[in-house]
Amino acid sequence: MTAPPPLIDMRNVTRTYRTGQAELHALKNVSLSIGAGEYVAVVGTSGSGKSTLLNILGLLDRPTAGAYRVRNRDAGELNDSERTSLRNKEIGFVFQEFNLLARATALRQTELPLFYAGVSRKESRRRALNALAQVGLAAWAGHRPEELSGGQRQRVAIARALVNNPSLILADEPTGAIDTQTGEEVMALFEQRLFEGLTLVIVTHDREIAARARRIITLRDGAVISDEPRPPSTAAPEKT
Amino acid sequence: MKFLKYFPLAAESIAARKMRSILTMLGIIIGVASVLTTLGIGRGASTDIMQQLTSEGVTLLKVTSGTYSDQTWTLGQPLTMADVAALSDRSLHPDVDRAVPFFRQWDYLVAGSNIRYGEVVGTTSAYAVIHNLELARGRFLTDNEVAQRTKSVVIGADVARSLFAGIDAVGQSLRINREPYTVVGVLRKRGYGWFGSTDGAAIIPLAVAQDRLRAPFTAHRHRGEYTVSEIHLSAVSVARVDAAAKQVEQTLRLRRALATGEPNDFTIDNNAWLLETAGSVAATLTAFLAGIGAVSLLVGGIGIMNIMLVSVTERTREIGLRKAVGAHNRDILLQFLVEALVLTLVGGLIGIAISFGLAEIVESFSSPDFPLIVLIEPASLAAAVSVSAACGLLFGLYPAIRATRLDPIEALRHE
Repeated sequence: MTAPPPLIDMRNVTRTYRTGQAELHALKNVSLSIGAGEYVAVVGTSGSGKSTLLNILGLLDRPTAGAYRVRNRDAGELNDSERTSLRNKEIGFVFQEFNLLARATALRQTELPLFYAGVSRKESRRRALNALAQVGLAAWAGHRPEELSGGQRQRVAIARALVNNPSLILADEPTGAIDTQTGEEVMALFEQRLFEGLTLVIVTHDREIAARARRIITLRDGAVISDEPRPPSTAAPEKT
Repeated sequence: MKFLKYFPLAAESIAARKMRSILTMLGIIIGVASVLTTLGIGRGASTDIMQQLTSEGVTLLKVTSGTYSDQTWTLGQPLTMADVAALSDRSLHPDVDRAVPFFRQWDYLVAGSNIRYGEVVGTTSAYAVIHNLELARGRFLTDNEVAQRTKSVVIGADVARSLFAGIDAVGQSLRINREPYTVVGVLRKRGYGWFGSTDGAAIIPLAVAQDRLRAPFTAHRHRGEYTVSEIHLSAVSVARVDAAAKQVEQTLRLRRALATGEPNDFTIDNNAWLLETAGSVAATLTAFLAGIGAVSLLVGGIGIMNIMLVSVTERTREIGLRKAVGAHNRDILLQFLVEALVLTLVGGLIGIAISFGLAEIVESFSSPDFPLIVLIEPASLAAAVSVSAACGLLFGLYPAIRATRLDPIEALRHE
């Protein structure tokens, strides 16, 4: 009996940007696989290729070379529309800058993936309210971003990322724009979903946040320089 | 319909940017309102022109003696009462409804100390029928008056005004060639038509005119019959005017013993071309005005495109996010198209409402001498709504396509 294929499987992925004459190798021969339910932190200095990796993982970008399989499907063979559908169903994004719609209420923000998934209005409202309740914002459903604090905004973004029950959460510096205390609360919201089989990939350069993960992948100049698992017992925050 | 779900989205987006949405719609509002109002004025004016030009009827034929070519009149044998009688035979002229003798003389019309020089017409009661004459007061000559040679007269509006200013002309006495006539009716003012104007005319029974206008002499005779100036005929319908003319020509050639190949010594005119002229005048006017309106609609449409392009740029991050969370290109395209469509449709509806208000204002400047009628037809309304919707689709399409082409990564990074 063979083991089930990993959720994410990258083989020799290279991503090259061409700017005029110069070629920028954002990722060089990156191979990694991430199984369902893993909690991974990707660290590295800025320019190390973290965001490019996340974009490729999130099906927003395509590798220049190499193979990328999600749920055992070759991402290279998916057309734009199929990638969009896959993003919608399987992947939840959380961004440093929250990326909320400027004028929409928390409820509308949360409903957004369901709107594109074709879920009925009534059902999507129910699920969005449920997701907001899970991040502790049930009372704020009718409020717009400008009426919410940074932490609340990020929690709305998390509710939006979780509402369509994705199997993978990709978070790009999710705590980068909020204070430490709130950051920990936000991380706890993700972590409680790990038990439900959610896979969590977090890009950060905050070592304390990275230390919460069970596996840390370090990138430098577009290459993986270390990929070390951390046993849960040692996942205590380190002081730097 | 799947795209219906984008309407609430559009409504929210429009409501969230009220000021900008109103400014965007303003172009379409002004465009639609000006198209409808100018088109309405055009339609109103052309209807008015059409009515004036065709008020005397468009099934009329006029027979005159002689021919006109190369700027010279060639005289022919006079027309007589016998010709009228012959042309009145329906069995030989199935397409001629009526043949009416027309005897004209110019003379002084005198009432008390008021004098006016004018056209005196001797005819029968059918004259009023074929010329669609309308009376402001009293009645037209009756068959009885014509047969009894009663000295009754029906006068034109201008005659009534200059001879009987401030009093009711009906029942008053009017002298023509020193003999008194009783006014029995005053014609409604009509202006000039193909047959000239009845506004300055005095109309009396035919036989009286032939007998008394040249008293102590009588009218000219030809082969023992009184001559007439013209014969007016009406065809049974607009479509039969040409056929009627042929039948009349046939009879007159026979009666004048014109040999085959010999040219006519009489002229048959008809005014059916008036319809054509009036139609083309109206069409030109309407096209001209609609063109002006269309330009303003175009400007409005470009305004929409401009704002939508700004909107796409401004909402780059939003588009990136929507794509990231699962918006297909089709979703983005429809979102922006529907938004443009809603903007233009709402703008179009407001424009329609305003055009009705403008129509009221324009019509309030109307006067009897310068009538202003604004005719906003249902077809124009339907056109305005569909044109504004088409504007939305047309001018919203490019910005919407631009939106779908955004790369989500770039868009999310956009400041």
